[in-house]
Amino acid sequence: MNKNSILKRWGRGIIKNKKASFGLYFVSSLIGLSIFGPLFTLDPTAFLGAPLSPPSLEHFFGTNGQGQDVLSQTIAGARQTLLVAFTTGFFVVIIGAFIGGAAGYYGGKVDDFLSLIINVFLVMPGLPLMVILASWLPPGPLTLAGVLILTGWAWNARVIRSQMMSLKGRDFVLAAIISGESNSRIIFVEIMPRMLSLLASSFIGASVYAIGAQVGLEFLGLGDVSTVSWGTNLYWASNDLALLTGSWWTFVPTGLSIALISFSLTLINFGIDEVTNPRLISEKNWKKELPDNTLNNGVTPVVRKNV
Amino acid sequence: MSNSLQYLIRRLGFYSIAAWAALTLNFFIPRLMPGDPAAIIFARFRGKLTPEAMIALRETFGLTDGPLLLQYFSYIKSMFKGDLGVSIAYFPEPVANIISTGLLWTIFLAGTSLVISFIIGTLLGAIISWKRGGRLDSFLPPSLAFIGAFPYFWLAMLSLYIFGFKLEWFPLRHAYSDDVTVGLNIPFIFSSIYHAILPATTMILVSLGGWMLSMRNTMLTTLGSDYITLARAKGLSSWVVMLKYAARNAILPNFTGFGMALGFVLSGALLTEIIFSYPGQGYLLLQAVRSQDFPLMQGLFMTITLAVLAANWFVDIAILFLDPRTRK
Repeated sequence: MNKNSILKRWGRGIIKNKKASFGLYFVSSLIGLSIFGPLFTLDPTAFLGAPLSPPSLEHFFGTNGQGQDVLSQTIAGARQTLLVAFTTGFFVVIIGAFIGGAAGYYGGKVDDFLSLIINVFLVMPGLPLMVILASWLPPGPLTLAGVLILTGWAWNARVIRSQMMSLKGRDFVLAAIISGESNSRIIFVEIMPRMLSLLASSFIGASVYAIGAQVGLEFLGLGDVSTVSWGTNLYWASNDLALLTGSWWTFVPTGLSIALISFSLTLINFGIDEVTNPRLISEKNWKKELPDNTLNNGVTPVVRKNV
Repeated sequence: MSNSLQYLIRRLGFYSIAAWAALTLNFFIPRLMPGDPAAIIFARFRGKLTPEAMIALRETFGLTDGPLLLQYFSYIKSMFKGDLGVSIAYFPEPVANIISTGLLWTIFLAGTSLVISFIIGTLLGAIISWKRGGRLDSFLPPSLAFIGAFPYFWLAMLSLYIFGFKLEWFPLRHAYSDDVTVGLNIPFIFSSIYHAILPATTMILVSLGGWMLSMRNTMLTTLGSDYITLARAKGLSSWVVMLKYAARNAILPNFTGFGMALGFVLSGALLTEIIFSYPGQGYLLLQAVRSQDFPLMQGLFMTITLAVLAANWFVDIAILFLDPRTRK
């Protein structure tokens, strides 16, 4: 089967997969909302009504401690948060592919050295390191993305390294080596395309991590608190004593949005796994053929239809 | 046994390198940033310090006018003496003193929630993999994944609002009530447990899913092995097969993950502490950020990193006892 038809099958599988299509639907509508939403909502930074007024017909989600409209803040906040998250995800995968790929492909001394760096970054606690980095740099989305990339790349590098090690021994790689292709061509043209599903799910996983860590940093006050993002929304909510005044509407919409997008991204990841993991594909096939409860652990059914 | 010793020493060597990397990062980050670190730090001390104290402080940080290498060595020397400098926010208290006051609370809160969530999560993972496709298996993973999608500290805010503010079941802040005396007495112990319930529960809820899913995945491959089929064929009860045969082998990757997860869980714990005004490291971190107290921030980074490294080494020792393959 050639590469294109595999991609086509994956594409069709993702669309047919319930989890993935549900996740895709929510993620794309949130992205669309973050791009076009702010054109239709009120100015998120303007003083529009009495501070901390509960949800009403005028302000659907109420107002925050600065008298700003919470609904427009939630929609406008998505822009910066998602932009930083996906930028981080992208670069984390690129760095992971370079470092992890090199470590797994070359092995030996190169692997020893790169693995050492990867493991040191993995074992260091992320948040305190992010805090000292972010506190020395000028606050803003660029700082956030840089800090998140620096503290988050190691996990992906490790995953890609082990995948590279298993692919490196395959016949098609040996054939490429014997036919005299250069190492960089083998890595990027022969091997990397076979890791496409892993790279895609790494990107999604890294973006989910970036959303959570970014919101945490901004909540601590390490973002640019004059801009509107999900993290700064929560920062202002806690600064304006949202809890002690009982104004739940200042932090609930933002938190739900964060959870919705992280959960949808995770669902896409589950879907990618179900569609591209051969073990799960065949399992799905024989599950259809056998009645419930006849499946028991340790039993390998031999029912298998051609796909 | 000498092989195990070799293994432990090799791991210790790795953690020393990691600790050295953290120390070096801690030294170079302020120096690589735009602006003069000494000027930034000491601008915040202005009016608080006599000129002599200022010179002593510069030496602690290695922020002298000497060459970079000398600065580096004088910094390493003071770190080994446990001298982390003087805090700006809590002037003139030394950073080491401030950090040690909050350390026990963080270890208590983060440690207990980590252990509880590890035990419950691993057990749940074993159970749902046993009845794969059953009601629990199709209900628990997605719902815990959904809870795990919320930021730690946001769930803490929500639970504080519902159970602390609205229902008044739990206290709103601090680690013990004002009317007990600190020490080993029954009212104090009860009060601190009572104050820890709500923050600990939110942390357990968020981290439970990860343990459960990884245990479920390893259990599934273990359950396919021949020795499980043999154990079943011998007619052993399913609990014995599940816990003594399958779970015992499947738990090892989870243990290795325990060390890795520590840093992550700790980061979440720090933010949770802030919401509950819990007097641990997280609360100190917030104070440090709010008042731009660089010495305190960097001291916190160092102590938390060292704690995580030490804990990882203990996990290595535990794995040595649990997994005969590492003793070969």
